[in-house]
Amino acid sequence: MTRHFAISLPVGSSLENHTGAWRTERPQYADFLPPCNNACPAGENVQNWLYHAEEADYQEAWEEIMRNNPFPAIMGRACYHPCETACNRATVDEAVSIHSVERFLGDRAIAEGWHIKIATEKSGKRILIVGGGPSGLSAAYHLARLGHSVTIVEAEAKAGGMMRYGIPEYRLPRDVIDAEVQRILDMGVTLRLNEKVRDIPAAMKKESFDACFLAIGAHISKHVDIPSPDAGRVLDALHMLRDSENSSDKGALIGRRVIVYGGGNTALDVARSAKRLGGESIIVYRRTKEKMPAHAFEVEEAIEEGIQFRWLETIKHLSDETITIEKMKLDSDGYPQPTGEFEVISGDMVVLALGQDVDTSITTGIPGIKNDKDGIVSVDSNMMTGFPGLFAGGDMVPSERTITVAVGHGKKAARNIDAYLRGKEFSVKEKHTLATAEKLNTWYYSDAEKAVQPTLEMLRRRTTFEEVFGGLDETNALFEARRCMSCGNCFECDNCLAVCPDNAIRKLPMHLGMEPGKGRFEINYDYCKGCGICVAECPAGAMEMVPEVI
Amino acid sequence: MIEPKIQEQSSVDGVQTRVKFYQTGTFTAGNRLLDKELRTVQSSQERSNAITCGHRACQGCGEALGARYALDAAIRAANGNIIAVNATGCLEVFSTPYPETSWQVPWLHSLFGNATAVASGVAAALRRQGKDHIRVVAQGGDGGTTDIGFGALSGMFERNDDVLYLCYDNQGYMNTGVQRSSATPPTARTATTPAVGKAPGNPFGIGKDVPRIAMAHNIPYVATASVANLHDLEEKVTKAMSIHGARYIHIFVPCPLGWAHATRDTIRVARLAVESGVWPLFEAEHGEVIHSSPIRRQIPVEEYLMTQGRFAHLFKPKRDEERLSALQAIANKNIERYHLIHEEANA
Repeated sequence: MTRHFAISLPVGSSLENHTGAWRTERPQYADFLPPCNNACPAGENVQNWLYHAEEADYQEAWEEIMRNNPFPAIMGRACYHPCETACNRATVDEAVSIHSVERFLGDRAIAEGWHIKIATEKSGKRILIVGGGPSGLSAAYHLARLGHSVTIVEAEAKAGGMMRYGIPEYRLPRDVIDAEVQRILDMGVTLRLNEKVRDIPAAMKKESFDACFLAIGAHISKHVDIPSPDAGRVLDALHMLRDSENSSDKGALIGRRVIVYGGGNTALDVARSAKRLGGESIIVYRRTKEKMPAHAFEVEEAIEEGIQFRWLETIKHLSDETITIEKMKLDSDGYPQPTGEFEVISGDMVVLALGQDVDTSITTGIPGIKNDKDGIVSVDSNMMTGFPGLFAGGDMVPSERTITVAVGHGKKAARNIDAYLRGKEFSVKEKHTLATAEKLNTWYYSDAEKAVQPTLEMLRRRTTFEEVFGGLDETNALFEARRCMSCGNCFECDNCLAVCPDNAIRKLPMHLGMEPGKGRFEINYDYCKGCGICVAECPAGAMEMVPEVI
Repeated sequence: MIEPKIQEQSSVDGVQTRVKFYQTGTFTAGNRLLDKELRTVQSSQERSNAITCGHRACQGCGEALGARYALDAAIRAANGNIIAVNATGCLEVFSTPYPETSWQVPWLHSLFGNATAVASGVAAALRRQGKDHIRVVAQGGDGGTTDIGFGALSGMFERNDDVLYLCYDNQGYMNTGVQRSSATPPTARTATTPAVGKAPGNPFGIGKDVPRIAMAHNIPYVATASVANLHDLEEKVTKAMSIHGARYIHIFVPCPLGWAHATRDTIRVARLAVESGVWPLFEAEHGEVIHSSPIRRQIPVEEYLMTQGRFAHLFKPKRDEERLSALQAIANKNIERYHLIHEEANA
């Protein structure tokens, strides 16, 4: 080869140098568990459905929710969204309003009539579900998706359980419940209303059910004895809410000044409902505002609506128009202790909202069934009771009592029942490492305040059962979805590709079946020197450094 | 930095065009939600990769990154018609140990001090040949620019030769063993300004501010940039390439070896320099500052200093309050001079 003047060697390329040999640690793409997913009692892949919502691909987002939870429109309203409590965006400005995006997707699905297609072949197995509440309906939905034939037996006149008989309409409109329940029934699930199952083994045998899921909830209100000349003026909270639901005009109040005794969410539901029925509501709670089991935001909403609170007080007795209360004080351990100081307040009706017990008569006599000390039905890690083929979930098993936990139980039970019927073992995949806030590089996220849901005007909040919070419109919902930081999961910002000083990262073309944010980038370890800039500058913390094996 | 919320976009339909918010906006290199033309050159798989793999820069080299950022943007702006002239320095040594090279552009190296003179000559030759569409870029480190090549640089500015000069500033002579240059900041420890004695590290009151010296030549375009602000850097290079005459861009490129910071922190250190006011980002035309980028989240200078071993003596064995406040005063002066804190940005 002829060479130019003074060129003594042929020109070589630096590609000959495999600088990857310098490396002692290697970067790699990771798939960490977003805190929202970790916190969701229904096991939703929140980060994943927000990813689709960010692209305005609402149906795909909705279908992702539906993999785990059949009630997006209900959950978007009535779930206490532990996902938002866990959300890492709170360390930047405010948590993503996940529930309002979920509600937007759920409402859009109802408006557009989106349905779930059952892809699986029919299994030929029959399953009885006792109780048509969130847990039972969730189990029915998941079992139907798995190809089984499902019958729900519900004691009330309508399905929904606590979603209908425990949560007032101003928080959860009934047409939303009807639509999401109907969608499950449209999948071929049979619903039998106004029917009680007394003997489960007999019922299973009679109609040849292969398994049963028991989810009757906790419907017996806890009581305290309050001396009163007229027992009719002491009601329990669930009865009041249920009567209100079953009457055409929301029911009438027995008294005008309603004293609600208790500090949980049900106490607030009763007080706010009574206010809407024209009464005056006073909540009496034996401990302080901070110690109330109710969620703080619901307490604030109640205060806004004019509900009065009397903290550190107990009810001693009731006479015709008055109620005697005793003031309490917290001892050094934080427990309320009587002070001997009394006060008489006017009030003509007391509603007890002190919690609920399970009616265990349904399981009495079934061989192998165990109850724990509070009478709650014990289940193993597969949600099966001691009686083979009988599973239980929801409020009647030991757990936190929320509708979202109940939905999660329904899903878990369905997958275990499916495994049981197919003679397999259902095993939960091991959880990935949590994507904690310090894994993220939040500098990269644009400043964006949370989108605020519209609120019903105050007069209507105090006098009607119209829904308090409105939904987001599409613009707001898309904005809110895009506030998601995609913790621990790639959202294709191309930063790693750009920041590598050694050009060692390549972006791959999209191909069919590629999961969102997975496998878009590839590291060329021949040249990667292991500096770690890609990991440090990944906004989502979706990469990690691992030591090289030498 | 483009404010994402007010950015118009055109190619997506419906509500997506109305929502001017893209999760990370233009802070990241790309982002699938962002319109293609708003993404950086670096986010594209089709970028030129002016310096390809296998170069011998240290792990986490800011200069390798800055040079690729700047040249890839220049190559795109000139439709690939670029000749690059290089001064001696890290960039030349790690990219081109004879006879191999990492460069994917026509590339010329002569001496440490004459890169601008060679570039002026290349530009003159191209003009003589009638090849005006071929553009000339000269580049060097801070040593080759602010010290050794300074006379030639000033001459190129003064003659307004059609050359874009890119200075990759890592604040010292790094490949020869971290000696001080006239771009080394006060108090920094180098091999020639050790952290010993009553006033350890590089003294106050010496060194040059070459972007301002360039402005004093009244050349058409002067800008500062940083590897931490990729969109800004590419926009400045693209703008410079649209102008003829002498142009100068001074790019801040951290050096993990010489500054003694973790290799993964190269961009973070550069970001902290911008956020503290140590490294102002601005553009000047014909000697006048026409634009500066506001600090996004202001931090005290010591947060920047603490990331680097070369400033460790300011914090231990005990805090050197006097020098820390003198360094903060320099940043404060930058903030004032270039209006780096915008009221509306904090509103």
